[in-house]
Amino acid sequence: MKKSSNHIDKDNVVVTIRDLYKSFGENHVLRGVDLDIYQGETLVVLGRSGTGKSVLIKIMAGLLKQDTGMMKVLGQEVDKLSVKELDALRLKIGFSFQHSALYDSMTVGENLAFPLQRHNKTLSAAEVNKAVQQVLEAVGLAKAIHQLPAELSGGQRKRIGIARTLIMQPAIMLYDEPTAGLDPITSMDINNLINKVQEQYHTTSVVITHDLTCAKVVGDRIAILLEGQFAHIGAFETVVENTTDPQVQSFYDYNFID
Amino acid sequence: MRVKSKKSGKQVFSRQLDAFFMDIYAIGQFTGRFFKEAFLPPYEWKEIIRQCYMVGYKSLALVSVTSFVTGIVFTKQSRPSLAEFGATSWLPSLVAIAIIRALAPLVTALIAAGKVGSNIGAELGSMRVTEQIEAMEVSAVNPFRYLVVTRVMATTFMLPLLMLYMALIAMMGAYLNVHQNEQTSLVSFFENAFEQISFLDIFSSTFKSLIFGFTIGIVGCYKGYYTTQGTQGVGKAANSAVVISMFLIFIEEIIIVQVVNWFRI
Ligand SMILES: Nc1ncnc2c1ncn2[C@@H]1O[C@H](COP(=O)(O)OP(=O)(O)OP(=O)(O)O)[C@@H](O)[C@H]1O
Ligand SMILES: [Mg+2]
Repeated sequence: MKKSSNHIDKDNVVVTIRDLYKSFGENHVLRGVDLDIYQGETLVVLGRSGTGKSVLIKIMAGLLKQDTGMMKVLGQEVDKLSVKELDALRLKIGFSFQHSALYDSMTVGENLAFPLQRHNKTLSAAEVNKAVQQVLEAVGLAKAIHQLPAELSGGQRKRIGIARTLIMQPAIMLYDEPTAGLDPITSMDINNLINKVQEQYHTTSVVITHDLTCAKVVGDRIAILLEGQFAHIGAFETVVENTTDPQVQSFYDYNFID
Repeated sequence: MRVKSKKSGKQVFSRQLDAFFMDIYAIGQFTGRFFKEAFLPPYEWKEIIRQCYMVGYKSLALVSVTSFVTGIVFTKQSRPSLAEFGATSWLPSLVAIAIIRALAPLVTALIAAGKVGSNIGAELGSMRVTEQIEAMEVSAVNPFRYLVVTRVMATTFMLPLLMLYMALIAMMGAYLNVHQNEQTSLVSFFENAFEQISFLDIFSSTFKSLIFGFTIGIVGCYKGYYTTQGTQGVGKAANSAVVISMFLIFIEEIIIVQVVNWFRI
Protein backbone atom coordinates (compact mmCIF):
# COMPACT_ATOMS: atom_id res chain seq x y z
CA MET A 1 0.00 0.00 0.00
CA LYS A 2 2.73 2.41 0.88
CA LYS A 3 4.16 3.90 -2.22
CA SER A 4 7.81 4.11 -3.10
CA SER A 5 9.70 7.31 -2.34
CA ASN A 6 11.75 7.62 -5.51
CA HIS A 7 9.64 10.50 -6.81
CA ILE A 8 11.16 12.92 -4.31
CA ASP A 9 13.62 15.51 -5.57
CA LYS A 10 15.66 16.47 -2.52
CA ASP A 11 17.59 19.19 -4.33
CA ASN A 12 14.42 21.04 -5.06
CA VAL A 13 12.86 22.71 -2.03
CA VAL A 14 9.30 23.82 -2.69
CA VAL A 15 8.41 25.25 0.70
CA THR A 16 10.86 26.82 3.13
CA ILE A 17 9.74 27.82 6.60
CA ARG A 18 12.14 29.58 8.95
CA ASP A 19 11.60 30.65 12.53
CA LEU A 20 7.90 31.26 11.98
CA TYR A 21 5.83 32.83 14.76
CA LYS A 22 2.10 33.40 14.91
CA SER A 23 -0.03 34.46 17.87
CA PHE A 24 -3.67 35.36 18.30
CA GLY A 25 -3.62 37.79 21.21
CA GLU A 26 -2.26 35.88 24.16
CA ASN A 27 -2.59 32.59 22.34
CA HIS A 28 0.91 31.88 21.04
CA VAL A 29 0.19 29.24 18.44
CA LEU A 30 3.31 28.86 16.30
CA ARG A 31 6.60 29.47 18.08
CA GLY A 32 9.59 29.12 15.81
CA VAL A 33 8.59 26.66 13.10
CA ASP A 34 11.36 25.47 10.77
CA LEU A 35 10.71 23.17 7.83
CA ASP A 36 11.74 22.32 4.27
CA ILE A 37 9.37 20.51 1.96
CA TYR A 38 10.86 18.82 -1.10
CA GLN A 39 9.49 18.61 -4.61
CA GLY A 40 7.27 15.58 -5.00
CA GLU A 41 7.07 14.45 -1.41
CA THR A 42 4.04 14.00 0.79
CA LEU A 43 4.66 15.51 4.18
CA VAL A 44 2.27 14.60 6.98
CA VAL A 45 1.79 17.04 9.84
CA LEU A 46 0.68 15.40 13.06
CA GLY A 47 -0.31 17.27 16.17
CA ARG A 48 -3.05 17.56 18.73
CA SER A 49 -6.11 19.74 18.26
CA GLY A 50 -5.35 23.43 18.53
CA THR A 51 -1.60 23.17 17.99
CA GLY A 52 -1.86 25.35 14.90
CA LYS A 53 -1.74 22.89 12.01
CA SER A 54 -4.50 24.62 10.10
CA VAL A 55 -2.96 27.99 10.89
CA LEU A 56 0.33 26.82 9.39
CA ILE A 57 -1.13 25.86 6.02
CA LYS A 58 -3.32 28.95 5.98
CA ILE A 59 -0.14 31.01 6.24
CA MET A 60 1.24 28.93 3.37
CA ALA A 61 -1.71 29.89 1.19
CA GLY A 62 -1.65 33.52 2.28
CA LEU A 63 -4.97 33.29 4.14
CA LEU A 64 -3.25 34.38 7.35
CA LYS A 65 -0.06 36.37 7.89
CA GLN A 66 2.71 35.33 10.25
CA ASP A 67 3.92 37.71 12.94
CA THR A 68 7.60 37.09 12.24
CA GLY A 69 9.71 34.59 10.34
CA MET A 70 9.77 33.43 6.75
CA MET A 71 7.31 31.43 4.67
CA LYS A 72 8.65 30.81 1.19
CA VAL A 73 6.51 28.88 -1.30
CA LEU A 74 7.84 28.10 -4.79
CA GLY A 75 10.63 30.59 -4.21
CA GLN A 76 8.38 33.48 -3.16
CA GLU A 77 7.86 34.92 0.29
CA VAL A 78 4.11 34.69 0.63
CA ASP A 79 3.58 37.65 2.96
CA LYS A 80 5.55 40.01 0.72
CA LEU A 81 3.57 39.39 -2.46
CA SER A 82 1.24 41.89 -4.08
CA VAL A 83 -2.38 40.91 -4.58
CA LYS A 84 -1.68 39.92 -8.18
CA GLU A 85 1.40 37.87 -7.35
CA LEU A 86 -0.41 36.17 -4.50
CA ASP A 87 -3.26 35.22 -6.82
CA ALA A 88 -0.78 33.79 -9.30
CA LEU A 89 0.80 31.73 -6.53
CA ARG A 90 -2.57 30.57 -5.24
CA LEU A 91 -3.38 29.12 -8.64
CA LYS A 92 -0.50 26.71 -8.05
CA ILE A 93 -1.77 25.73 -4.62
CA GLY A 94 -4.70 23.39 -4.04
CA PHE A 95 -6.31 23.75 -0.64
CA SER A 96 -8.63 21.01 0.57
CA PHE A 97 -10.48 22.38 3.60
CA GLN A 98 -11.14 20.60 6.86
CA HIS A 99 -14.90 20.78 6.25
CA SER A 100 -14.67 20.72 2.44
CA ALA A 101 -16.01 24.29 2.03
CA LEU A 102 -18.02 23.48 -1.10
CA TYR A 103 -20.18 26.35 -2.37
CA ASP A 104 -23.65 25.46 -1.06
CA SER A 105 -25.55 27.37 -3.68
CA MET A 106 -23.89 25.61 -6.62
CA THR A 107 -24.12 22.06 -7.90
CA VAL A 108 -21.07 19.82 -7.82
CA GLY A 109 -20.41 20.55 -11.49
CA GLU A 110 -20.67 24.32 -10.95
CA ASN A 111 -18.40 24.08 -7.92
CA LEU A 112 -15.73 22.49 -10.07
CA ALA A 113 -16.22 24.77 -13.05
CA PHE A 114 -16.13 27.92 -10.91
CA PRO A 115 -12.34 28.37 -10.53
CA LEU A 116 -11.68 27.13 -14.04
CA GLN A 117 -14.07 29.50 -15.81
CA ARG A 118 -12.83 32.44 -13.80
CA HIS A 119 -9.20 31.93 -14.70
CA ASN A 120 -9.51 30.67 -18.27
CA LYS A 121 -12.06 32.95 -19.85
CA THR A 122 -11.36 31.58 -23.30
CA LEU A 123 -12.42 28.01 -22.54
CA SER A 124 -15.57 26.84 -24.29
CA ALA A 125 -18.40 25.25 -22.35
CA ALA A 126 -17.49 21.88 -23.82
CA GLU A 127 -13.89 22.18 -22.68
CA VAL A 128 -14.95 23.15 -19.16
CA ASN A 129 -17.35 20.24 -19.12
CA LYS A 130 -14.64 17.85 -20.18
CA ALA A 131 -12.27 19.04 -17.47
CA VAL A 132 -15.02 18.69 -14.88
CA GLN A 133 -15.78 15.16 -16.02
CA GLN A 134 -12.11 14.28 -15.90
CA VAL A 135 -11.51 15.30 -12.29
CA LEU A 136 -14.82 13.83 -11.19
CA GLU A 137 -13.70 10.53 -12.64
CA ALA A 138 -10.33 10.92 -10.93
CA VAL A 139 -12.10 11.10 -7.57
CA GLY A 140 -14.63 8.45 -8.55
CA LEU A 141 -17.77 10.56 -8.38
CA ALA A 142 -18.74 11.14 -12.00
CA LYS A 143 -22.41 10.58 -11.18
CA ALA A 144 -22.63 13.40 -8.65
CA ILE A 145 -22.23 16.19 -11.18
CA HIS A 146 -25.76 17.58 -10.87
CA GLN A 147 -26.13 17.11 -7.14
CA LEU A 148 -25.96 19.87 -4.54
CA PRO A 149 -23.30 19.64 -1.81
CA ALA A 150 -26.03 19.25 0.82
CA GLU A 151 -27.05 15.97 -0.80
CA LEU A 152 -23.62 14.39 -0.46
CA SER A 153 -22.08 12.42 2.38
CA GLY A 154 -19.07 13.72 4.28
CA GLY A 155 -16.67 11.47 2.38
CA GLN A 156 -18.14 12.42 -0.97
CA ARG A 157 -17.81 16.09 -0.13
CA LYS A 158 -14.18 15.62 0.81
CA ARG A 159 -13.58 14.04 -2.57
CA ILE A 160 -15.40 16.82 -4.42
CA GLY A 161 -13.36 19.33 -2.44
CA ILE A 162 -10.21 17.60 -3.63
CA ALA A 163 -11.53 17.48 -7.18
CA ARG A 164 -12.22 21.22 -7.12
CA THR A 165 -8.57 21.89 -6.36
CA LEU A 166 -7.30 19.30 -8.85
CA ILE A 167 -9.08 20.96 -11.73
CA MET A 168 -6.55 23.81 -11.57
CA GLN A 169 -3.69 21.29 -11.69
CA PRO A 170 -1.85 22.64 -8.66
CA ALA A 171 1.83 22.04 -7.97
CA ILE A 172 1.21 21.86 -4.24
CA MET A 173 -1.73 20.21 -2.52
CA LEU A 174 -2.64 21.10 1.05
CA TYR A 175 -5.02 18.66 2.73
CA ASP A 176 -6.54 19.72 6.04
CA GLU A 177 -7.64 16.57 7.87
CA PRO A 178 -8.83 14.71 4.79
CA THR A 179 -10.06 11.70 6.75
CA ALA A 180 -11.50 13.35 9.85
CA GLY A 181 -14.95 12.07 10.71
CA LEU A 182 -14.96 9.31 8.12
CA ASP A 183 -15.28 5.56 8.64
CA PRO A 184 -12.11 3.44 8.15
CA ILE A 185 -13.06 2.21 4.69
CA THR A 186 -13.95 5.65 3.35
CA SER A 187 -10.78 6.95 5.00
CA MET A 188 -8.80 4.37 3.10
CA ASP A 189 -10.44 5.50 -0.15
CA ILE A 190 -9.30 9.04 0.58
CA ASN A 191 -5.77 7.86 1.43
CA ASN A 192 -5.58 6.01 -1.84
CA LEU A 193 -6.91 9.06 -3.64
CA ILE A 194 -4.18 11.23 -2.09
CA ASN A 195 -1.55 8.77 -3.28
CA LYS A 196 -3.13 8.54 -6.71
CA VAL A 197 -3.20 12.33 -7.05
CA GLN A 198 0.44 12.44 -6.07
CA GLU A 199 1.38 9.93 -8.75
CA GLN A 200 -0.87 11.26 -11.46
CA TYR A 201 -0.32 14.99 -11.02
CA HIS A 202 3.21 14.88 -9.49
CA THR A 203 2.22 17.24 -6.74
CA THR A 204 4.03 18.09 -3.57
CA SER A 205 1.58 17.50 -0.75
CA VAL A 206 1.10 18.51 2.85
CA VAL A 207 -1.40 16.37 4.73
CA ILE A 208 -2.65 17.42 8.14
CA THR A 209 -4.16 14.61 10.11
CA HIS A 210 -4.78 12.95 13.46
CA ASP A 211 -5.24 9.65 11.75
CA LEU A 212 -2.10 7.54 12.09
CA THR A 213 -3.19 5.07 9.44
CA CYS A 214 -3.49 7.93 7.00
CA ALA A 215 -0.10 9.25 8.10
CA LYS A 216 1.49 5.87 7.55
CA VAL A 217 -0.10 5.22 4.17
CA VAL A 218 0.40 8.58 2.49
CA GLY A 219 3.38 10.11 4.28
CA ASP A 220 6.95 10.10 2.99
CA ARG A 221 7.93 12.08 6.05
CA ILE A 222 6.08 12.83 9.24
CA ALA A 223 6.45 16.15 11.04
CA ILE A 224 5.14 16.34 14.58
CA LEU A 225 3.96 19.71 15.85
CA LEU A 226 4.39 20.03 19.61
CA GLU A 227 4.07 23.28 21.51
CA GLY A 228 4.36 25.49 18.48
CA GLN A 229 7.39 23.81 16.89
CA PHE A 230 8.21 20.75 14.87
CA ALA A 231 9.64 18.48 17.54
CA HIS A 232 10.33 15.51 15.28
CA ILE A 233 10.61 15.10 11.53
CA GLY A 234 11.32 11.80 9.82
CA ALA A 235 9.94 8.51 8.57
CA PHE A 236 6.82 7.12 10.23
CA GLU A 237 8.74 4.20 11.69
CA THR A 238 11.26 6.42 13.47
CA VAL A 239 9.24 9.37 14.66
CA VAL A 240 5.99 7.60 15.51
CA GLU A 241 6.26 3.84 15.88
CA ASN A 242 9.62 3.72 17.64
CA THR A 243 9.46 7.07 19.31
CA THR A 244 11.01 7.75 22.69
CA ASP A 245 9.12 10.98 23.21
CA PRO A 246 6.39 10.29 25.81
CA GLN A 247 4.03 12.87 24.28
CA VAL A 248 4.19 11.22 20.88
CA GLN A 249 3.91 7.81 22.51
CA SER A 250 0.65 8.69 24.24
CA PHE A 251 -0.68 10.14 20.98
CA TYR A 252 0.21 6.87 19.28
CA ASP A 253 -1.30 4.69 22.02
CA TYR A 254 -4.59 6.56 22.14
CA ASN A 255 -4.93 6.42 18.39
CA PHE A 256 -5.11 2.67 18.47
CA ILE A 257 -7.23 2.28 21.60
CA ASP A 258 -10.38 3.89 20.19
CA MET B 1 -15.20 44.39 20.12
CA ARG B 2 -15.95 47.41 22.22
CA VAL B 3 -14.85 50.98 22.26
CA LYS B 4 -12.28 51.55 24.95
CA SER B 5 -11.09 54.93 26.06
CA LYS B 6 -7.45 54.68 25.23
CA LYS B 7 -5.75 55.07 28.59
CA SER B 8 -7.92 53.41 31.17
CA GLY B 9 -9.28 50.61 28.95
CA LYS B 10 -12.70 51.22 30.41
CA GLN B 11 -15.75 50.79 28.28
CA VAL B 12 -17.36 54.06 27.34
CA PHE B 13 -21.05 53.24 27.39
CA SER B 14 -22.77 49.97 28.03
CA ARG B 15 -21.25 47.01 26.30
CA GLN B 16 -24.03 46.66 23.70
CA LEU B 17 -24.02 50.32 22.85
CA ASP B 18 -20.26 50.28 22.39
CA ALA B 19 -20.49 47.28 20.11
CA PHE B 20 -23.17 49.08 18.15
CA PHE B 21 -21.04 52.16 17.55
CA MET B 22 -18.05 49.99 16.68
CA ASP B 23 -20.26 48.34 14.08
CA ILE B 24 -21.30 51.68 12.59
CA TYR B 25 -17.65 52.71 12.39
CA ALA B 26 -16.61 49.44 10.78
CA ILE B 27 -19.48 49.69 8.30
CA GLY B 28 -18.02 53.04 7.27
CA GLN B 29 -14.70 51.38 6.56
CA PHE B 30 -16.42 48.54 4.74
CA THR B 31 -18.15 51.13 2.55
CA GLY B 32 -14.75 52.64 1.78
CA ARG B 33 -13.50 49.27 0.65
CA PHE B 34 -16.59 48.84 -1.50
CA PHE B 35 -15.83 52.01 -3.43
CA LYS B 36 -12.23 50.98 -3.85
CA GLU B 37 -13.13 47.61 -5.32
CA ALA B 38 -16.42 48.24 -7.10
CA PHE B 39 -15.10 50.12 -10.09
CA LEU B 40 -12.16 47.93 -11.02
CA PRO B 41 -12.62 45.23 -13.64
CA PRO B 42 -13.40 42.37 -13.97
CA TYR B 43 -17.09 43.14 -13.50
CA GLU B 44 -19.30 40.27 -12.48
CA TRP B 45 -22.29 41.19 -14.66
CA LYS B 46 -23.82 37.75 -14.64
CA GLU B 47 -23.73 37.55 -10.89
CA ILE B 48 -25.05 41.12 -10.51
CA ILE B 49 -28.04 40.28 -12.68
CA ARG B 50 -28.67 37.10 -10.76
CA GLN B 51 -28.58 39.03 -7.51
CA CYS B 52 -30.96 41.67 -8.88
CA TYR B 53 -33.35 38.92 -9.75
CA MET B 54 -33.03 37.47 -6.24
CA VAL B 55 -33.76 40.85 -4.61
CA GLY B 56 -36.85 41.32 -6.76
CA TYR B 57 -38.01 37.76 -6.35
CA LYS B 58 -37.58 37.82 -2.57
CA SER B 59 -39.48 41.02 -1.93
CA LEU B 60 -42.03 41.27 -4.73
CA ALA B 61 -44.91 39.39 -3.10
CA LEU B 62 -44.61 41.13 0.24
CA VAL B 63 -44.16 44.56 -1.36
CA SER B 64 -47.25 43.99 -3.52
CA VAL B 65 -49.52 43.01 -0.67
CA THR B 66 -48.23 45.63 1.74
CA SER B 67 -48.47 48.47 -0.74
CA PHE B 68 -51.98 47.59 -1.87
CA VAL B 69 -53.22 47.36 1.71
CA THR B 70 -51.38 50.55 2.68
CA GLY B 71 -53.06 52.40 -0.20
CA ILE B 72 -56.53 51.30 0.80
CA VAL B 73 -56.10 51.78 4.54
CA PHE B 74 -54.39 55.13 4.29
CA THR B 75 -57.12 56.52 2.03
CA LYS B 76 -59.86 55.15 4.21
CA GLN B 77 -58.37 56.61 7.37
CA SER B 78 -57.74 60.02 5.84
CA ARG B 79 -61.25 60.49 4.47
CA PRO B 80 -63.09 61.48 7.70
CA SER B 81 -60.76 64.35 8.56
CA LEU B 82 -60.99 65.74 5.03
CA ALA B 83 -64.75 65.22 5.00
CA GLU B 84 -65.02 67.50 8.04
CA PHE B 85 -63.93 70.38 5.83
CA GLY B 86 -65.88 69.08 2.87
CA ALA B 87 -62.59 68.52 1.11
CA THR B 88 -62.76 64.85 0.09
CA SER B 89 -61.90 65.94 -3.44
CA TRP B 90 -58.38 66.57 -2.17
CA LEU B 91 -58.06 62.94 -1.19
CA PRO B 92 -56.20 61.75 -4.32
CA SER B 93 -53.53 64.41 -4.11
CA LEU B 94 -53.14 64.00 -0.36
CA VAL B 95 -52.70 60.28 -0.73
CA ALA B 96 -50.30 60.71 -3.63
CA ILE B 97 -48.10 63.08 -1.66
CA ALA B 98 -48.02 60.79 1.36
CA ILE B 99 -47.25 57.70 -0.69
CA ILE B 100 -44.70 59.09 -3.09
CA ARG B 101 -42.87 61.39 -0.72
CA ALA B 102 -42.86 59.27 2.40
CA LEU B 103 -44.51 55.88 2.49
CA ALA B 104 -43.24 54.16 -0.63
CA PRO B 105 -39.49 54.68 -0.06
CA LEU B 106 -39.66 53.94 3.64
CA VAL B 107 -41.95 50.92 3.56
CA THR B 108 -40.12 49.35 0.62
CA ALA B 109 -36.83 49.82 2.44
CA LEU B 110 -38.12 48.29 5.66
CA ILE B 111 -39.52 45.30 3.83
CA ALA B 112 -36.29 44.83 1.90
CA ALA B 113 -34.23 45.19 5.08
CA GLY B 114 -36.28 42.41 6.65
CA LYS B 115 -36.36 40.09 3.65
CA VAL B 116 -33.24 40.82 1.65
CA GLY B 117 -30.88 42.21 4.30
CA SER B 118 -31.37 39.30 6.65
CA ASN B 119 -30.99 36.88 3.79
CA ILE B 120 -27.69 38.40 2.68
CA GLY B 121 -26.42 38.37 6.28
CA ALA B 122 -27.30 34.71 6.72
CA GLU B 123 -26.01 33.65 3.32
CA LEU B 124 -22.61 35.29 3.58
CA GLY B 125 -22.44 34.37 7.27
CA SER B 126 -22.80 30.70 6.56
CA MET B 127 -20.30 30.99 3.73
CA ARG B 128 -17.86 32.54 6.18
CA VAL B 129 -18.22 29.99 8.96
CA THR B 130 -18.00 27.04 6.59
CA GLU B 131 -14.84 28.51 5.04
CA GLN B 132 -16.43 28.99 1.61
CA ILE B 133 -15.16 32.56 1.51
CA GLU B 134 -11.63 31.39 2.23
CA ALA B 135 -12.01 28.69 -0.39
CA MET B 136 -12.84 31.39 -2.91
CA GLU B 137 -9.82 33.37 -1.80
CA VAL B 138 -7.39 30.47 -2.25
CA SER B 139 -8.75 29.79 -5.69
CA ALA B 140 -7.63 33.34 -6.50
CA VAL B 141 -11.14 34.73 -6.87
CA ASN B 142 -11.66 37.97 -4.97
CA PRO B 143 -14.60 37.13 -2.68
CA PHE B 144 -15.24 40.77 -1.84
CA ARG B 145 -15.83 41.54 -5.47
CA TYR B 146 -17.74 38.38 -6.27
CA LEU B 147 -19.97 38.31 -3.18
CA VAL B 148 -20.14 41.80 -1.71
CA VAL B 149 -19.91 44.15 -4.68
CA THR B 150 -22.51 42.21 -6.66
CA ARG B 151 -25.01 42.13 -3.82
CA VAL B 152 -24.62 45.79 -2.93
CA MET B 153 -25.02 46.79 -6.58
CA ALA B 154 -28.14 44.66 -6.81
CA THR B 155 -29.86 46.14 -3.76
CA THR B 156 -28.86 49.67 -4.77
CA PHE B 157 -30.27 49.24 -8.24
CA MET B 158 -33.39 47.29 -7.31
CA LEU B 159 -34.71 49.36 -4.42
CA PRO B 160 -35.73 52.37 -6.58
CA LEU B 161 -37.54 50.01 -8.95
CA LEU B 162 -39.32 48.31 -6.09
CA MET B 163 -40.19 51.73 -4.65
CA LEU B 164 -41.76 52.91 -7.91
CA TYR B 165 -43.65 49.65 -8.20
CA MET B 166 -44.80 49.98 -4.60
CA ALA B 167 -46.01 53.54 -5.20
CA LEU B 168 -47.99 52.43 -8.23
CA ILE B 169 -49.68 49.56 -6.44
CA ALA B 170 -50.44 51.71 -3.41
CA MET B 171 -52.05 54.30 -5.67
CA MET B 172 -54.16 51.56 -7.20
CA GLY B 173 -55.29 50.58 -3.72
CA ALA B 174 -56.10 54.20 -2.99
CA TYR B 175 -58.00 54.50 -6.25
CA LEU B 176 -60.08 51.45 -5.38
CA ASN B 177 -61.18 53.05 -2.15
CA VAL B 178 -61.82 56.46 -3.69
CA HIS B 179 -63.74 54.90 -6.55
CA GLN B 180 -65.98 53.02 -4.13
CA ASN B 181 -66.88 56.14 -2.20
CA GLU B 182 -66.71 59.00 -4.64
CA GLN B 183 -67.19 57.21 -7.97
CA THR B 184 -64.15 58.95 -9.45
CA SER B 185 -62.83 57.62 -12.74
CA LEU B 186 -59.32 56.26 -12.99
CA VAL B 187 -58.16 59.07 -15.26
CA SER B 188 -59.47 61.89 -13.15
CA PHE B 189 -58.14 60.19 -10.03
CA PHE B 190 -54.62 60.14 -11.39
CA GLU B 191 -54.90 63.61 -12.88
CA ASN B 192 -55.97 64.84 -9.52
CA ALA B 193 -53.29 62.86 -7.71
CA PHE B 194 -50.38 64.07 -9.78
CA GLU B 195 -51.33 67.73 -9.64
CA GLN B 196 -49.38 68.10 -6.45
CA ILE B 197 -46.46 65.81 -7.33
CA SER B 198 -43.37 67.51 -8.68
CA PHE B 199 -40.31 66.14 -10.36
CA LEU B 200 -38.42 66.87 -7.16
CA ASP B 201 -40.71 64.49 -5.25
CA ILE B 202 -40.08 61.60 -7.59
CA PHE B 203 -36.41 62.38 -7.84
CA SER B 204 -35.89 62.62 -4.11
CA SER B 205 -37.79 59.40 -3.45
CA THR B 206 -35.77 57.58 -6.07
CA PHE B 207 -32.58 58.97 -4.62
CA LYS B 208 -33.68 57.98 -1.11
CA SER B 209 -34.39 54.44 -2.28
CA LEU B 210 -30.98 54.28 -3.87
CA ILE B 211 -29.39 55.20 -0.55
CA PHE B 212 -31.62 52.79 1.37
CA GLY B 213 -30.80 49.98 -1.03
CA PHE B 214 -27.10 50.66 -0.70
CA THR B 215 -27.44 50.65 3.08
CA ILE B 216 -29.29 47.35 3.13
CA GLY B 217 -26.69 45.74 0.88
CA ILE B 218 -23.67 47.09 2.73
CA VAL B 219 -24.95 46.27 6.20
CA GLY B 220 -26.10 42.77 5.25
CA CYS B 221 -22.80 42.03 3.54
CA TYR B 222 -20.73 43.51 6.35
CA LYS B 223 -22.52 41.47 8.99
CA GLY B 224 -22.32 38.29 6.95
CA TYR B 225 -18.76 38.77 5.75
CA TYR B 226 -17.39 39.14 9.25
CA THR B 227 -19.48 36.52 10.98
CA THR B 228 -17.72 34.71 13.81
CA GLN B 229 -18.71 32.06 16.35
CA GLY B 230 -19.87 29.36 14.00
CA THR B 231 -23.47 28.61 13.17
CA GLN B 232 -24.72 30.61 16.12
CA GLY B 233 -23.07 33.65 14.62
CA VAL B 234 -25.03 33.21 11.38
CA GLY B 235 -28.35 33.84 13.13
CA LYS B 236 -26.88 36.83 14.90
CA ALA B 237 -25.53 38.22 11.64
CA ALA B 238 -28.94 37.98 9.96
CA ASN B 239 -30.62 39.57 12.93
CA SER B 240 -28.26 42.48 13.43
CA ALA B 241 -28.19 43.12 9.68
CA VAL B 242 -31.90 43.94 9.94
CA VAL B 243 -31.64 45.98 13.14
CA ILE B 244 -28.69 48.08 12.01
CA SER B 245 -29.95 48.73 8.51
CA MET B 246 -33.37 49.81 9.82
CA PHE B 247 -31.68 52.15 12.26
CA LEU B 248 -29.55 53.67 9.51
CA ILE B 249 -32.54 53.94 7.18
CA PHE B 250 -34.41 56.04 9.74
CA ILE B 251 -31.41 58.31 10.25
CA GLU B 252 -30.94 58.71 6.50
CA GLU B 253 -34.65 59.40 6.04
CA ILE B 254 -34.49 62.24 8.55
CA ILE B 255 -31.41 63.77 6.94
CA ILE B 256 -32.66 63.50 3.38
CA VAL B 257 -36.06 64.97 4.23
CA GLN B 258 -34.29 67.97 5.75
CA VAL B 259 -32.09 68.45 2.73
CA VAL B 260 -34.94 68.09 0.25
CA ASN B 261 -37.00 70.64 2.17
CA TRP B 262 -34.27 73.23 1.63
CA PHE B 263 -34.65 72.68 -2.09
CA ARG B 264 -38.41 73.01 -1.98
CA ILE B 265 -38.37 76.66 -0.91
N1 LIG C 1 -8.60 33.35 12.83
C1 LIG C 1 -8.29 33.05 14.11
N2 LIG C 1 -8.47 33.96 15.09
C2 LIG C 1 -8.16 33.68 16.37
N3 LIG C 1 -7.65 32.52 16.78
C3 LIG C 1 -7.45 31.57 15.86
C4 LIG C 1 -7.76 31.78 14.47
N4 LIG C 1 -7.45 30.66 13.78
C5 LIG C 1 -6.97 29.80 14.70
N5 LIG C 1 -6.96 30.33 15.93
C6 LIG C 1 -6.47 29.69 17.14
O1 LIG C 1 -5.24 29.09 16.86
C7 LIG C 1 -5.14 27.85 17.49
C8 LIG C 1 -4.75 26.79 16.48
O2 LIG C 1 -5.82 26.63 15.57
P1 LIG C 1 -5.78 25.58 14.40
O3 LIG C 1 -7.10 25.66 13.71
O4 LIG C 1 -4.58 25.79 13.58
O5 LIG C 1 -5.65 24.20 15.16
P2 LIG C 1 -5.46 22.77 14.53
O6 LIG C 1 -4.11 22.32 14.91
O7 LIG C 1 -5.78 22.82 13.09
O8 LIG C 1 -6.55 21.96 15.32
P3 LIG C 1 -7.60 20.86 14.78
O9 LIG C 1 -6.85 19.61 14.71
O10 LIG C 1 -8.64 20.84 15.83
O11 LIG C 1 -8.10 21.34 13.47
C9 LIG C 1 -6.44 27.58 18.19
O12 LIG C 1 -6.28 27.83 19.56
C10 LIG C 1 -7.39 28.57 17.57
O13 LIG C 1 -8.29 29.02 18.55
MG1 LIG D 1 -7.39 22.28 11.89
